[in-house]
Amino acid sequence: MRDVAVLGVGQTKFGKHPDKTLPELFAEAFFEAFDSSNIELREIEAIYFGNFVGEITDGAANLGGFIADEIGLAGIPAYRFEGACASSSVAFREAYLAVKHGIYDCVLVGGAEKLYSAGTPIGTRALATALDSAYEVNSGLTFPGVFALIARLYAKAYDIPLEKLREKIAHVSIKNHKYGAKNPKAQFYDKLGNLKVEDVLNSKMICSPLTLLDCCPMTDGASAVIIAHADFAEERVDEPIYVRGTGQASAGSLFRQKWDIVKALPRKKSAEMAYREAGITPKDVDVAFVHDCFTIAEVIASEALGFFEYGKGADAVEEGLTWIDGDIPINPDGGLIGKGHPVGATGTAQIYSAVKLLRGELDFVKVDAEIALTDTLGGDFGTLVNVILSVHRR
Amino acid sequence: MFKEFFSELLEGNLIGAKCKECEKILCPPKSACDCGSRILEKIKLSGKGKIVSYTVTYVAPIGYDKEVPYVVAMVELDEGPWIVGRLEVDAERAEKEDLIGKRVEVYGKEFPTEQFYPDKQRRVVPMFRIIE
Ligand SMILES: [Zn+2]
Repeated sequence: MRDVAVLGVGQTKFGKHPDKTLPELFAEAFFEAFDSSNIELREIEAIYFGNFVGEITDGAANLGGFIADEIGLAGIPAYRFEGACASSSVAFREAYLAVKHGIYDCVLVGGAEKLYSAGTPIGTRALATALDSAYEVNSGLTFPGVFALIARLYAKAYDIPLEKLREKIAHVSIKNHKYGAKNPKAQFYDKLGNLKVEDVLNSKMICSPLTLLDCCPMTDGASAVIIAHADFAEERVDEPIYVRGTGQASAGSLFRQKWDIVKALPRKKSAEMAYREAGITPKDVDVAFVHDCFTIAEVIASEALGFFEYGKGADAVEEGLTWIDGDIPINPDGGLIGKGHPVGATGTAQIYSAVKLLRGELDFVKVDAEIALTDTLGGDFGTLVNVILSVHRR
Repeated sequence: MFKEFFSELLEGNLIGAKCKECEKILCPPKSACDCGSRILEKIKLSGKGKIVSYTVTYVAPIGYDKEVPYVVAMVELDEGPWIVGRLEVDAERAEKEDLIGKRVEVYGKEFPTEQFYPDKQRRVVPMFRIIE
């Protein structure tokens, strides 16, 4: 088994890209990653590409080959991975395992999605395909609906009055929009940077108790990462960022998880797998990029990842512990809420921000960090992936 | 399997499965128990339980937009399993009152299907009626 490292990373501006196809959008992210990797194009041996609902938004499936051809690499193995919002994180983990076990030396990972251009009614239906298609969607359950159910469960589980909980979790939106407004690649760049609790509580109700500002937006965007075995990476770039551990776990329909829902047990399993491989504990993580598809989602993630005790995550964000000057900065790039959520591109976009931050290249926000964790959730806990990145090889 | 579950629900029967190995009750039934066993007995559940969570949906997916606002609920059945369905209360009441813990009974209601739903003839929704 070999050590694995990230060379270059790339990300498009997140927002609306109706003028580009999925492969065209991906190419833009790929060129940025390639141009900072110091490799020859032909050294890329395979492509691991994440996309969630290309069939629905763009009438596009079988995307591996089209992606490869778009960037001049037709001929090499090119795979499309689907794990809902975690699609490109699943792709990343598979790419990592292939390089680690010596199948390939250097591969391209990434993702692209066009949900904003699809419009809200189709986008909402497309996202709902990540729920139980027979037994959850039939009632008209949506993704905001799932996390609205979870918010009420959380309030009951920890005996927090619902209105109090709404105020506490509003701070996730305030924080992530504050950082997102500073991120030039974010969908809400230069917007919504000074929200107040009342703004979040009083914005349009989507699925009660969650308002529009509790939700991440619909986004078009792409991201790309080039990884290789560590010796190869050290020859090519000055600051390889090492992949120290990964984890993945699964679960079935939300309703079958019962009270485990608020504990996000698959995430706990996945994170423990990643921590074990990296030989670290949650305390060693300096910065985390977690799946804040909704305000309450970041809170339960911060607990299941081991940063806070169960039931204390909502207090933690309200007290500032997850802000950039807190104990464990979470989503200093704006997260999904501030930066945007191009579903299939989100996992490798988290890795983009993590790598940039570890290299000190995330100019708009200052966090001193040597170890970063990414956390991507697909569906209602159906697919969970965690990645631990470090500036140190060992 | 899922078609049978909903046909039975329209007849007033909530169908589940009981594992012969570990006694766990599954509702709706699955192909295998969480323990891996395939020895499952078809059972009829009481159809009664209590609300554990709910949400009033104002923004619906395409195919469901004519039904807003609607209340989706998660119910813990008396036999243990949780199921998802629609709560038969108006949005205003669901926003004003805390309905968690209220006892409900379930029945099936037929809605028009939509292009992505696996049953191309009809879409049956478990409906929860508050009984206290
Ligand atoms: Zn069993």
